[in-house]
Amino acid sequence: MIAMCSSLLGVILVLKNFSFIGDGLSHVAFGAMAAASVMNINNDMPVVLGVTVLCAVLLLRTGNKSSIKGDASLAMLSGGSLAVGYMLMNIFSTSANLSGDVCTTLFGSVSILTLEPSEVWLSVILSISVMGIFAFFYNKIFAITFDEEFAQVSGLNVERCNVITALIVAVVIVLAMKLVGSLLISALVIFPALSAMRVFKSFKSVAICSLIFSTVCALAGMIISILAGTPVGSTIVITDMAAFGIFYFAGKVLA
Amino acid sequence: MHKIICENLSLGYGDKVIVENLSFSVNAGDYLCIVGENGSGKSTLIKTILGLRSPIEGRIILDGLAKNEIGYLPQQKDFQRDFPASVREIVLSGFQGSCGFRPFYSRREKELAFEAMRKTNIHELAKRCYRELSGGQQQRVLLARALCAVKKVLVLDEPVTGLDPEASLKMYDVVNELNHQGVTVINVLAVPFCPLCFNRRRNDCNVFVFAGSYSRP
Repeated sequence: MIAMCSSLLGVILVLKNFSFIGDGLSHVAFGAMAAASVMNINNDMPVVLGVTVLCAVLLLRTGNKSSIKGDASLAMLSGGSLAVGYMLMNIFSTSANLSGDVCTTLFGSVSILTLEPSEVWLSVILSISVMGIFAFFYNKIFAITFDEEFAQVSGLNVERCNVITALIVAVVIVLAMKLVGSLLISALVIFPALSAMRVFKSFKSVAICSLIFSTVCALAGMIISILAGTPVGSTIVITDMAAFGIFYFAGKVLA
Repeated sequence: MHKIICENLSLGYGDKVIVENLSFSVNAGDYLCIVGENGSGKSTLIKTILGLRSPIEGRIILDGLAKNEIGYLPQQKDFQRDFPASVREIVLSGFQGSCGFRPFYSRREKELAFEAMRKTNIHELAKRCYRELSGGQQQRVLLARALCAVKKVLVLDEPVTGLDPEASLKMYDVVNELNHQGVTVINVLAVPFCPLCFNRRRNDCNVFVFAGSYSRP
Protein backbone atom coordinates (compact mmCIF):
# COMPACT_ATOMS: atom_id res chain seq x y z
CA MET A 1 0.00 0.00 0.00
CA ILE A 2 2.78 2.37 0.80
CA ALA A 3 4.13 1.74 -2.64
CA MET A 4 1.53 4.21 -3.76
CA CYS A 5 3.09 7.09 -1.87
CA SER A 6 6.46 6.55 -3.38
CA SER A 7 5.01 6.29 -6.85
CA LEU A 8 3.58 9.77 -6.38
CA LEU A 9 6.99 11.12 -5.66
CA GLY A 10 8.30 10.23 -9.05
CA VAL A 11 5.53 11.96 -10.92
CA ILE A 12 5.64 15.17 -8.99
CA LEU A 13 9.34 15.57 -8.96
CA VAL A 14 9.71 15.01 -12.69
CA LEU A 15 8.75 18.60 -12.92
CA LYS A 16 10.73 19.95 -10.04
CA ASN A 17 13.67 21.91 -11.24
CA PHE A 18 15.55 21.15 -8.11
CA SER A 19 15.51 17.47 -7.42
CA PHE A 20 17.35 18.07 -4.20
CA ILE A 21 14.41 19.69 -2.52
CA GLY A 22 13.40 16.20 -1.52
CA ASP A 23 16.69 15.68 0.21
CA GLY A 24 16.58 18.99 2.03
CA LEU A 25 13.02 18.64 3.17
CA SER A 26 13.55 15.16 4.45
CA HIS A 27 16.33 16.47 6.64
CA VAL A 28 13.99 19.11 7.95
CA ALA A 29 11.50 16.38 8.66
CA PHE A 30 14.21 14.52 10.50
CA GLY A 31 14.87 17.53 12.68
CA ALA A 32 11.18 17.95 13.35
CA MET A 33 10.84 14.32 14.20
CA ALA A 34 13.68 14.54 16.65
CA ALA A 35 12.12 17.57 18.28
CA ALA A 36 8.80 15.80 18.50
CA SER A 37 10.27 12.73 20.14
CA VAL A 38 12.09 14.94 22.62
CA MET A 39 8.85 16.58 23.59
CA ASN A 40 7.42 13.13 24.12
CA ILE A 41 4.78 13.39 21.49
CA ASN A 42 3.87 9.86 20.66
CA ASN A 43 2.20 10.38 17.34
CA ASP A 44 4.79 12.56 15.67
CA MET A 45 3.35 12.48 12.15
CA PRO A 46 1.22 15.65 12.35
CA VAL A 47 4.05 17.70 13.87
CA VAL A 48 6.57 16.55 11.33
CA LEU A 49 4.12 17.13 8.52
CA GLY A 50 3.38 20.66 9.69
CA VAL A 51 6.99 21.71 10.02
CA THR A 52 7.93 20.21 6.68
CA VAL A 53 5.08 21.87 4.85
CA LEU A 54 6.07 25.19 6.37
CA CYS A 55 9.67 24.78 5.27
CA ALA A 56 8.68 23.72 1.78
CA VAL A 57 6.55 26.79 1.31
CA LEU A 58 9.27 29.02 2.71
CA LEU A 59 11.87 27.47 0.47
CA LEU A 60 9.85 27.86 -2.69
CA ARG A 61 8.91 31.41 -1.75
CA THR A 62 12.36 32.68 -1.01
CA GLY A 63 13.82 30.64 -3.81
CA ASN A 64 13.00 33.30 -6.38
CA LYS A 65 13.60 36.43 -4.40
CA SER A 66 16.16 36.21 -1.64
CA SER A 67 19.82 36.89 -2.18
CA ILE A 68 20.68 33.31 -1.26
CA LYS A 69 19.96 31.14 -4.25
CA GLY A 70 17.59 28.19 -4.01
CA ASP A 71 20.39 25.69 -4.14
CA ALA A 72 22.42 27.23 -1.37
CA SER A 73 19.49 27.87 0.93
CA LEU A 74 18.49 24.24 0.54
CA ALA A 75 21.91 23.05 1.51
CA MET A 76 21.92 25.38 4.49
CA LEU A 77 18.55 24.25 5.67
CA SER A 78 19.17 20.55 5.28
CA GLY A 79 22.55 20.59 6.94
CA GLY A 80 21.29 22.76 9.76
CA SER A 81 18.22 20.79 10.57
CA LEU A 82 20.11 17.53 10.37
CA ALA A 83 22.56 18.82 12.94
CA VAL A 84 19.85 20.21 15.19
CA GLY A 85 17.88 16.99 14.98
CA TYR A 86 20.81 14.79 15.89
CA MET A 87 21.86 17.13 18.67
CA LEU A 88 18.39 17.09 20.20
CA MET A 89 18.20 13.34 20.00
CA ASN A 90 21.59 13.00 21.56
CA ILE A 91 21.07 15.32 24.50
CA PHE A 92 17.53 14.48 25.45
CA SER A 93 17.39 10.90 24.35
CA THR A 94 14.84 8.79 26.14
CA SER A 95 15.65 5.60 24.42
CA ALA A 96 18.51 3.29 25.21
CA ASN A 97 19.27 2.49 21.62
CA LEU A 98 20.20 5.92 20.25
CA SER A 99 22.21 4.99 17.19
CA GLY A 100 19.56 2.46 16.26
CA ASP A 101 16.90 5.16 16.35
CA VAL A 102 18.94 7.56 14.27
CA CYS A 103 19.76 4.86 11.81
CA THR A 104 16.09 4.04 11.38
CA THR A 105 15.11 7.61 10.63
CA LEU A 106 18.00 8.07 8.27
CA PHE A 107 17.81 4.82 6.35
CA GLY A 108 14.24 3.71 6.88
CA SER A 109 12.59 0.94 8.79
CA VAL A 110 14.46 -2.31 8.96
CA SER A 111 11.37 -4.24 8.14
CA ILE A 112 8.04 -3.25 6.76
CA LEU A 113 6.42 -4.95 9.70
CA THR A 114 7.53 -2.27 12.12
CA LEU A 115 4.97 0.15 10.73
CA GLU A 116 1.83 0.60 12.75
CA PRO A 117 -1.64 0.22 11.22
CA SER A 118 -2.62 3.80 12.01
CA GLU A 119 0.43 5.06 10.16
CA VAL A 120 -0.40 2.92 7.20
CA TRP A 121 -3.93 4.30 7.07
CA LEU A 122 -2.76 7.87 7.37
CA SER A 123 -0.32 7.25 4.55
CA VAL A 124 -2.97 5.77 2.34
CA ILE A 125 -5.37 8.63 2.90
CA LEU A 126 -2.72 11.28 2.36
CA SER A 127 -1.35 9.67 -0.75
CA ILE A 128 -4.78 9.37 -2.31
CA SER A 129 -5.49 13.02 -1.68
CA VAL A 130 -2.10 14.00 -3.06
CA MET A 131 -2.81 12.03 -6.19
CA GLY A 132 -6.19 13.73 -6.49
CA ILE A 133 -4.70 17.20 -6.14
CA PHE A 134 -2.03 16.37 -8.65
CA ALA A 135 -4.56 15.18 -11.21
CA PHE A 136 -6.67 18.27 -10.65
CA PHE A 137 -3.81 20.73 -11.10
CA TYR A 138 -1.99 18.66 -13.68
CA ASN A 139 -2.29 21.16 -16.53
CA LYS A 140 -1.48 24.14 -14.36
CA ILE A 141 1.56 22.45 -12.92
CA PHE A 142 2.70 21.69 -16.43
CA ALA A 143 2.26 25.27 -17.61
CA ILE A 144 4.14 26.72 -14.67
CA THR A 145 6.96 24.25 -14.76
CA PHE A 146 7.52 24.71 -18.44
CA ASP A 147 7.44 28.49 -18.56
CA GLU A 148 6.67 30.38 -15.41
CA GLU A 149 6.71 33.82 -17.01
CA PHE A 150 4.22 32.89 -19.67
CA ALA A 151 1.96 31.31 -17.10
CA GLN A 152 2.07 34.49 -15.09
CA VAL A 153 1.29 36.66 -18.10
CA SER A 154 -1.67 34.54 -19.04
CA GLY A 155 -3.19 35.28 -15.68
CA LEU A 156 -2.44 32.14 -13.76
CA ASN A 157 -1.90 32.53 -10.06
CA VAL A 158 1.65 31.23 -10.07
CA GLU A 159 2.27 31.97 -6.43
CA ARG A 160 -0.67 29.91 -5.28
CA CYS A 161 0.19 27.00 -7.53
CA ASN A 162 3.75 27.00 -6.24
CA VAL A 163 2.49 26.82 -2.69
CA ILE A 164 0.27 23.91 -3.62
CA THR A 165 3.20 22.16 -5.25
CA ALA A 166 5.31 22.73 -2.16
CA LEU A 167 2.54 21.27 -0.06
CA ILE A 168 2.30 18.15 -2.16
CA VAL A 169 6.04 17.69 -2.12
CA ALA A 170 6.25 18.09 1.64
CA VAL A 171 3.49 15.59 2.28
CA VAL A 172 5.04 13.06 -0.02
CA ILE A 173 8.46 13.49 1.56
CA VAL A 174 7.14 12.84 5.03
CA LEU A 175 5.27 9.78 3.81
CA ALA A 176 8.25 8.35 2.02
CA MET A 177 10.50 8.99 4.97
CA LYS A 178 8.72 6.27 6.89
CA LEU A 179 9.53 3.89 4.12
CA VAL A 180 13.08 4.55 3.04
CA GLY A 181 14.41 7.03 5.56
CA SER A 182 15.47 10.59 5.01
CA LEU A 183 18.79 9.95 3.33
CA LEU A 184 17.44 7.73 0.60
CA ILE A 185 14.42 9.80 -0.37
CA SER A 186 16.01 11.71 -3.19
CA ALA A 187 16.81 8.43 -4.89
CA LEU A 188 13.16 7.48 -4.72
CA VAL A 189 12.26 10.85 -6.15
CA ILE A 190 14.72 11.04 -8.97
CA PHE A 191 15.04 7.54 -10.39
CA PRO A 192 11.52 7.02 -11.68
CA ALA A 193 11.43 10.42 -13.34
CA LEU A 194 14.82 10.10 -14.96
CA SER A 195 14.13 6.57 -16.13
CA ALA A 196 10.85 7.57 -17.70
CA MET A 197 12.52 10.51 -19.42
CA ARG A 198 14.99 8.16 -21.09
CA VAL A 199 12.22 6.49 -23.01
CA PHE A 200 9.26 8.84 -23.26
CA LYS A 201 9.03 12.28 -24.77
CA SER A 202 5.81 13.90 -23.70
CA PHE A 203 4.96 15.17 -20.28
CA LYS A 204 1.92 12.99 -19.82
CA SER A 205 3.64 9.76 -20.81
CA VAL A 206 6.58 10.53 -18.56
CA ALA A 207 4.28 11.16 -15.63
CA ILE A 208 2.37 7.95 -16.15
CA CYS A 209 5.46 5.89 -16.83
CA SER A 210 7.28 7.06 -13.73
CA LEU A 211 4.19 6.35 -11.67
CA ILE A 212 4.14 2.77 -12.88
CA PHE A 213 7.92 2.50 -12.65
CA SER A 214 8.15 3.46 -9.02
CA THR A 215 5.16 1.39 -7.98
CA VAL A 216 6.61 -1.70 -9.59
CA CYS A 217 10.06 -1.06 -8.15
CA ALA A 218 8.75 -0.37 -4.68
CA LEU A 219 6.68 -3.54 -4.74
CA ALA A 220 9.52 -5.60 -6.08
CA GLY A 221 11.92 -4.11 -3.56
CA MET A 222 9.56 -4.85 -0.73
CA ILE A 223 9.02 -8.44 -1.75
CA ILE A 224 12.74 -8.97 -2.12
CA SER A 225 13.41 -7.40 1.24
CA ILE A 226 10.87 -9.63 2.93
CA LEU A 227 12.21 -12.74 1.27
CA ALA A 228 15.90 -11.93 1.73
CA GLY A 229 15.60 -10.15 5.05
CA THR A 230 17.29 -6.98 3.79
CA PRO A 231 16.32 -3.44 4.87
CA VAL A 232 13.33 -2.18 2.91
CA GLY A 233 14.59 1.26 1.97
CA SER A 234 17.89 0.34 0.47
CA THR A 235 16.43 -2.67 -1.30
CA ILE A 236 13.89 -0.47 -3.03
CA VAL A 237 16.50 2.06 -4.04
CA ILE A 238 18.76 -0.66 -5.43
CA THR A 239 15.83 -2.02 -7.42
CA ASP A 240 15.26 1.49 -8.73
CA MET A 241 18.87 1.72 -9.79
CA ALA A 242 18.72 -1.56 -11.65
CA ALA A 243 15.54 -0.54 -13.42
CA PHE A 244 17.07 2.80 -14.34
CA GLY A 245 19.90 0.91 -16.01
CA ILE A 246 17.40 -1.07 -18.06
CA PHE A 247 15.54 2.08 -19.11
CA TYR A 248 18.75 3.82 -19.98
CA PHE A 249 19.73 1.13 -22.42
CA ALA A 250 16.21 0.88 -23.74
CA GLY A 251 16.34 4.60 -24.48
CA LYS A 252 19.66 4.20 -26.26
CA VAL A 253 18.39 1.32 -28.35
CA LEU A 254 15.18 3.11 -29.33
CA ALA A 255 16.99 6.30 -30.26
CA MET B 1 -12.42 49.32 -26.16
CA HIS B 2 -9.19 48.58 -24.41
CA LYS B 3 -6.15 50.72 -24.00
CA ILE B 4 -2.67 50.44 -22.53
CA ILE B 5 -1.41 53.63 -20.92
CA CYS B 6 2.10 54.17 -19.62
CA GLU B 7 2.73 57.22 -17.49
CA ASN B 8 6.15 58.61 -16.62
CA LEU B 9 7.80 55.24 -16.60
CA SER B 10 11.33 54.76 -15.43
CA LEU B 11 12.82 51.39 -16.19
CA GLY B 12 16.02 49.61 -15.41
CA TYR B 13 17.76 46.74 -13.74
CA GLY B 14 18.30 47.04 -10.01
CA ASP B 15 19.39 50.58 -9.33
CA LYS B 16 20.53 51.33 -12.83
CA VAL B 17 17.98 53.38 -14.72
CA ILE B 18 17.93 52.85 -18.47
CA VAL B 19 14.91 54.83 -19.53
CA GLU B 20 13.28 57.77 -17.85
CA ASN B 21 10.02 59.63 -18.25
CA LEU B 22 8.44 57.41 -20.79
CA SER B 23 4.80 58.11 -21.51
CA PHE B 24 2.68 56.69 -24.26
CA SER B 25 -0.55 54.91 -24.86
CA VAL B 26 -1.59 52.13 -27.16
CA ASN B 27 -5.14 52.00 -28.47
CA ALA B 28 -7.17 48.99 -29.43
CA GLY B 29 -6.19 47.72 -32.85
CA ASP B 30 -2.88 49.57 -32.95
CA TYR B 31 0.24 48.00 -34.35
CA LEU B 32 3.13 49.21 -32.29
CA CYS B 33 6.73 48.42 -33.07
CA ILE B 34 9.33 48.96 -30.43
CA VAL B 35 12.72 49.28 -32.00
CA GLY B 36 16.06 49.62 -30.35
CA GLU B 37 19.51 48.26 -29.90
CA ASN B 38 20.42 45.43 -27.58
CA GLY B 39 20.34 46.58 -24.01
CA SER B 40 18.21 49.63 -24.70
CA GLY B 41 15.46 48.23 -22.52
CA LYS B 42 12.95 46.92 -25.05
CA SER B 43 12.36 43.63 -23.31
CA THR B 44 12.33 45.36 -19.95
CA LEU B 45 9.61 47.67 -21.20
CA ILE B 46 7.31 44.93 -22.34
CA LYS B 47 7.99 42.83 -19.29
CA THR B 48 6.89 45.80 -17.27
CA ILE B 49 3.77 46.21 -19.38
CA LEU B 50 3.03 42.53 -18.85
CA GLY B 51 3.45 42.90 -15.11
CA LEU B 52 6.44 40.58 -14.86
CA ARG B 53 8.46 43.28 -13.19
CA SER B 54 7.53 46.54 -11.55
CA PRO B 55 8.64 49.92 -12.87
CA ILE B 56 11.11 51.98 -10.85
CA GLU B 57 8.78 54.92 -11.22
CA GLY B 58 5.53 55.70 -12.95
CA ARG B 59 2.65 53.38 -13.65
CA ILE B 60 0.96 51.30 -16.27
CA ILE B 61 -2.78 51.18 -16.70
CA LEU B 62 -4.42 48.33 -18.51
CA ASP B 63 -7.75 49.89 -19.35
CA GLY B 64 -10.53 47.45 -20.14
CA LEU B 65 -8.05 44.65 -20.40
CA ALA B 66 -7.83 41.57 -18.23
CA LYS B 67 -4.55 39.79 -17.75
CA ASN B 68 -5.64 36.64 -19.45
CA GLU B 69 -6.51 38.47 -22.66
CA ILE B 70 -2.90 39.05 -23.56
CA GLY B 71 -0.88 36.61 -25.64
CA TYR B 72 2.85 36.73 -25.15
CA LEU B 73 5.65 35.36 -27.28
CA PRO B 74 8.77 35.50 -25.11
CA GLN B 75 12.29 35.59 -26.40
CA GLN B 76 13.88 32.22 -26.84
CA LYS B 77 15.49 31.13 -23.68
CA ASP B 78 17.10 27.99 -22.48
CA PHE B 79 14.37 25.83 -21.18
CA GLN B 80 15.40 23.03 -18.97
CA ARG B 81 17.36 20.85 -21.31
CA ASP B 82 15.63 17.54 -20.95
CA PHE B 83 12.18 18.78 -20.07
CA PRO B 84 9.78 16.28 -21.53
CA ALA B 85 6.98 18.05 -23.31
CA SER B 86 5.27 17.44 -26.60
CA VAL B 87 4.46 20.31 -28.94
CA ARG B 88 0.77 19.76 -28.45
CA GLU B 89 1.03 19.99 -24.69
CA ILE B 90 2.89 23.27 -24.92
CA VAL B 91 0.48 24.85 -27.39
CA LEU B 92 -2.46 23.78 -25.25
CA SER B 93 -0.91 25.40 -22.21
CA GLY B 94 -1.69 28.73 -23.88
CA PHE B 95 -5.30 28.22 -22.83
CA GLN B 96 -4.35 27.97 -19.19
CA GLY B 97 -5.22 31.60 -18.54
CA SER B 98 -8.81 31.16 -19.65
CA CYS B 99 -9.22 27.92 -17.75
CA GLY B 100 -9.68 29.38 -14.30
CA PHE B 101 -10.40 26.58 -11.91
CA ARG B 102 -11.28 24.12 -14.62
CA PRO B 103 -8.64 21.40 -14.49
CA PHE B 104 -8.79 20.14 -18.07
CA TYR B 105 -8.99 21.55 -21.56
CA SER B 106 -12.26 21.47 -23.45
CA ARG B 107 -12.69 19.89 -26.85
CA ARG B 108 -13.18 23.33 -28.36
CA GLU B 109 -9.83 24.42 -27.00
CA LYS B 110 -8.17 21.34 -28.42
CA GLU B 111 -9.58 22.20 -31.84
CA LEU B 112 -8.41 25.78 -31.55
CA ALA B 113 -4.97 24.58 -30.54
CA PHE B 114 -4.80 22.44 -33.66
CA GLU B 115 -5.91 25.42 -35.70
CA ALA B 116 -3.11 27.52 -34.19
CA MET B 117 -0.59 24.79 -34.96
CA ARG B 118 -1.83 24.65 -38.53
CA LYS B 119 -1.50 28.41 -38.91
CA THR B 120 2.09 28.32 -37.77
CA ASN B 121 2.73 25.22 -39.81
CA ILE B 122 3.77 22.94 -37.00
CA HIS B 123 0.73 20.65 -36.97
CA GLU B 124 2.83 17.80 -38.29
CA LEU B 125 5.14 18.13 -35.31
CA ALA B 126 2.33 17.97 -32.75
CA LYS B 127 3.49 14.75 -31.17
CA ARG B 128 7.18 15.55 -31.30
CA CYS B 129 9.21 16.47 -28.29
CA TYR B 130 9.89 20.18 -27.94
CA ARG B 131 13.56 19.81 -27.14
CA GLU B 132 14.23 17.86 -30.33
CA LEU B 133 13.06 20.68 -32.58
CA SER B 134 15.21 23.31 -34.24
CA GLY B 135 15.29 26.87 -32.94
CA GLY B 136 12.95 28.12 -35.66
CA GLN B 137 10.48 25.32 -35.06
CA GLN B 138 10.53 26.01 -31.34
CA GLN B 139 9.82 29.66 -32.04
CA ARG B 140 6.75 28.69 -34.06
CA VAL B 141 5.55 26.44 -31.26
CA LEU B 142 5.73 29.36 -28.87
CA LEU B 143 3.88 31.56 -31.36
CA ALA B 144 1.12 28.97 -31.59
CA ARG B 145 0.91 28.99 -27.81
CA ALA B 146 0.64 32.79 -27.83
CA LEU B 147 -2.12 32.54 -30.44
CA CYS B 148 -4.05 30.31 -28.08
CA ALA B 149 -3.74 32.83 -25.29
CA VAL B 150 -4.45 35.99 -27.27
CA LYS B 151 -7.80 37.69 -27.06
CA LYS B 152 -7.15 41.40 -27.31
CA VAL B 153 -3.43 42.07 -27.23
CA LEU B 154 -0.50 40.18 -28.73
CA VAL B 155 2.97 40.96 -27.44
CA LEU B 156 5.93 39.68 -29.44
CA ASP B 157 9.50 39.87 -28.25
CA GLU B 158 11.85 39.58 -31.22
CA PRO B 159 9.58 37.09 -32.92
CA VAL B 160 11.61 36.37 -36.03
CA THR B 161 14.91 35.56 -34.38
CA GLY B 162 16.06 32.27 -35.77
CA LEU B 163 13.49 32.11 -38.52
CA ASP B 164 14.32 31.93 -42.20
CA PRO B 165 12.87 34.70 -44.41
CA GLU B 166 9.97 32.61 -45.59
CA ALA B 167 8.97 31.55 -42.10
CA SER B 168 9.31 35.16 -40.93
CA LEU B 169 6.92 36.38 -43.60
CA LYS B 170 4.52 33.64 -42.76
CA MET B 171 4.66 34.58 -39.11
CA TYR B 172 3.92 38.18 -39.98
CA ASP B 173 1.00 37.13 -42.15
CA VAL B 174 -0.50 35.42 -39.16
CA VAL B 175 0.13 38.42 -36.94
CA ASN B 176 -1.23 40.88 -39.51
CA GLU B 177 -4.37 38.86 -39.91
CA LEU B 178 -4.95 39.06 -36.17
CA ASN B 179 -4.29 42.79 -36.25
CA HIS B 180 -6.90 43.23 -39.00
CA GLN B 181 -9.35 41.43 -36.76
CA GLY B 182 -8.82 44.12 -34.16
CA VAL B 183 -6.10 42.61 -32.01
CA THR B 184 -3.56 45.09 -30.71
CA VAL B 185 -0.03 44.07 -31.60
CA ILE B 186 3.10 45.15 -29.78
CA ASN B 187 6.19 43.99 -31.60
CA VAL B 188 9.70 44.31 -30.27
CA LEU B 189 12.48 44.30 -32.82
CA ALA B 190 16.22 44.58 -32.68
CA VAL B 191 17.37 47.07 -35.30
CA PRO B 192 19.20 44.74 -37.66
CA PHE B 193 16.10 42.71 -38.31
CA CYS B 194 13.84 45.55 -39.29
CA PRO B 195 14.40 45.80 -43.02
CA LEU B 196 13.54 42.19 -43.49
CA CYS B 197 10.48 41.84 -41.41
CA PHE B 198 8.89 45.22 -41.36
CA ASN B 199 5.42 44.73 -42.48
CA ARG B 200 5.86 45.00 -46.16
CA ARG B 201 2.18 45.06 -46.72
CA ARG B 202 1.32 47.77 -44.29
CA ASN B 203 2.44 51.30 -43.89
CA ASP B 204 0.19 52.36 -41.12
CA CYS B 205 2.05 50.94 -38.20
CA ASN B 206 3.36 53.20 -35.50
CA VAL B 207 7.06 52.99 -35.09
CA PHE B 208 7.97 53.83 -31.61
CA VAL B 209 11.58 54.82 -31.41
CA PHE B 210 13.03 53.50 -28.28
CA ALA B 211 16.40 54.59 -27.02
CA GLY B 212 17.83 54.42 -30.46
CA SER B 213 17.87 56.50 -33.57
CA TYR B 214 15.62 54.55 -35.82
CA SER B 215 13.10 56.56 -37.72
CA ARG B 216 9.96 55.60 -39.46
CA PRO B 217 10.71 53.78 -42.69
